[in-house]
Amino acid sequence: MVVLRDAVVLVGGFPLLSGVNLDLDPGTLTVVTGANGAGKTSLLRLLGGLVTLTSGAGTVSGVDLKSGDLRELRRRVGWLGHEGSFYDDLSVRENLTFAAKALGRPTEEIPRVLERVGLTSRTTTTAKLLSAGQRRRLGLAWLLLRRPETWLLDEPYASLDDEGRTFFDELIAEVVRSGATVVVSAHDPLRSSSLRPRTLTLAGGLVVGDVS
Amino acid sequence: MIRIALLVAGKDLRIERRSRVLLWQVLPFGVTALVLCGLALGPLHAGNSSAAPGLFYLVMLLVALLMINRAQVIEGSPGTRASVATLGLDPAGVFLGKALALAVELWLTGVVVLAGSVLFLHTALSGTLSALPSVVVTLAALAAAGTLYGALSGGGQGPATLLPMLSLPAFAPLLIAGERSFSDALHGGSLWRWWVISLVALAAYLAIGILLYGVLEES
Amino acid sequence: MIKTLSQRLLGPVTLVLLALTFWLGLWVTPPDKVQGNLARLLYVHPAIAWVALYVSFGTAAIASALYLWKRTRSVVMDRVAYCAMEVSTVFIILTLITGSIWGRPTWGVWWAWDARLTSTAILGLFELAYLALRRANDDPDLRARRCAVFAIIAAINVPIIHFSVDWWNTLHQGATVFTENGNLLVHGIMLWTLFISLFAFTLLFFWLLRARYRLEVLRATRYDVALDEALAQRRREGVH
Repeated sequence: MVVLRDAVVLVGGFPLLSGVNLDLDPGTLTVVTGANGAGKTSLLRLLGGLVTLTSGAGTVSGVDLKSGDLRELRRRVGWLGHEGSFYDDLSVRENLTFAAKALGRPTEEIPRVLERVGLTSRTTTTAKLLSAGQRRRLGLAWLLLRRPETWLLDEPYASLDDEGRTFFDELIAEVVRSGATVVVSAHDPLRSSSLRPRTLTLAGGLVVGDVS
Repeated sequence: MIRIALLVAGKDLRIERRSRVLLWQVLPFGVTALVLCGLALGPLHAGNSSAAPGLFYLVMLLVALLMINRAQVIEGSPGTRASVATLGLDPAGVFLGKALALAVELWLTGVVVLAGSVLFLHTALSGTLSALPSVVVTLAALAAAGTLYGALSGGGQGPATLLPMLSLPAFAPLLIAGERSFSDALHGGSLWRWWVISLVALAAYLAIGILLYGVLEES
Repeated sequence: MIKTLSQRLLGPVTLVLLALTFWLGLWVTPPDKVQGNLARLLYVHPAIAWVALYVSFGTAAIASALYLWKRTRSVVMDRVAYCAMEVSTVFIILTLITGSIWGRPTWGVWWAWDARLTSTAILGLFELAYLALRRANDDPDLRARRCAVFAIIAAINVPIIHFSVDWWNTLHQGATVFTENGNLLVHGIMLWTLFISLFAFTLLFFWLLRARYRLEVLRATRYDVALDEALAQRRREGVH
């Protein structure tokens, strides 16, 4: 569940979001599109508790963006950035083990999750040796391990091949079906027709288009 | 808090062991700096100099600056920072873990630089050994302070140049306390008050770090 | 009413008291038996040091602590801390300069590794570092938090530095006004001049702080106007 009212985010004196209104229900997929600098990444970072709300109001997964504990919000939502990895000098397994232990979660699920994202053969590979697509899969593995109620995927399709895109589409569809709120930022509309997402267009830090 | 601290310390040390920056860059730098100190003292004073304890700590301060920057670089890329932020880790635990990892690295480097001091500056081995406990405490205080200053300078403009500016004034009492207790140990005496300075500084930095490390986090 | 009056009078009263201090210090008081005219620094140096080390730095440290405490966190505390620290830096530099002027004939060198001189200099470095940190962060909220933590670290370091340097080396002139038994060493007009100077320089600090604070408010207003403009422009990007 996501609610934003006149959300303004200023960082270093620059307005990234200039008054966003948004309502997202559980079990829905929303694609945020827009030109470079339109505010897509900032919107996802705001929902993920990675930037603070300057003015306006909002709640994400039950946490108030203005007065709530952003650290708690970060734990509740799953955010995946462009780079999608933790530590470059740790292996795939070590990265996941660190993250799981940090949140006090069992590490037994790691092999299953790695298999789901197709990284079983890369378990001991250092993260910095992974390709962009593989790094994103590692990030997804982490989200699958946590199963958050809100998924925020920032440009998950960037520099992915066709197989990678299909894989992401399928996985996103599965997550939406399980009842999670999923927000994806992307330059182009999603290719897969099975998902039928709601598409928001951003420009100048505002929502300027909303097509369901 | 302790669980997170041990996890973070283990992670930092594992990354350090894998990247070998400590082994191939920091340790040689420490020894090189010590040799340069000997050259700066001149042929008459380089051996058996009363300046040796002070030079040891001066070298350790420079080494600490390198390591603090290095510890920041580990979390440096925006992707890593944001990914780690999503874990919502307890900041007090993160602080303690990073300080512990830095302390371990400083202790290891300290042993090598002390050996260099015995070799190049002719400090007495027995005196150097008896200085070890105070060196351990002072370097731990340096690690706790350095972790705080690393977080203070991180992410702003010119963090690598801001760090020495922020940290060196605070390192001054540690330098004094460390140098005095090391000198005392070399001359067979031991003054508790230098220990007190290092211990009080260690306790103060640990307390500030545990209470306020979260405040320093970037939004 | 009283507030407005005191604000209006702060400047003139400060100037009158400073003028009185200089008149008493330079013309009315007699030269010292031992130190001669050099002793006239007694009417300037201790007062400046008092403001630098206690009044201004103390104000900055307390305002920083109040900023860090959630209940009293406000932009006012951040501004007071910053402005007080900036004024304090000026006073610290003046303390070191007047101290050196005293030290040259007394110790024979402009700089001596005296405990109080050294610890004052280290505190001065802390304050310069604070100002550097202030300029290194653009985000006002992050800057305020980091600077407040740094000011607290500096404040906690003050006693640590004091004792470490004190045990390390002490040349500084001991108690001047009172003996260790609390008996007066300085008498009559000299004592009065000293007290007036302490009061005058303390008022000078608050006057400067107020002026600096006003400047900071103006700067913040300009920043807010620039933000509003940036926000409006950003919204126009979205509309067109």
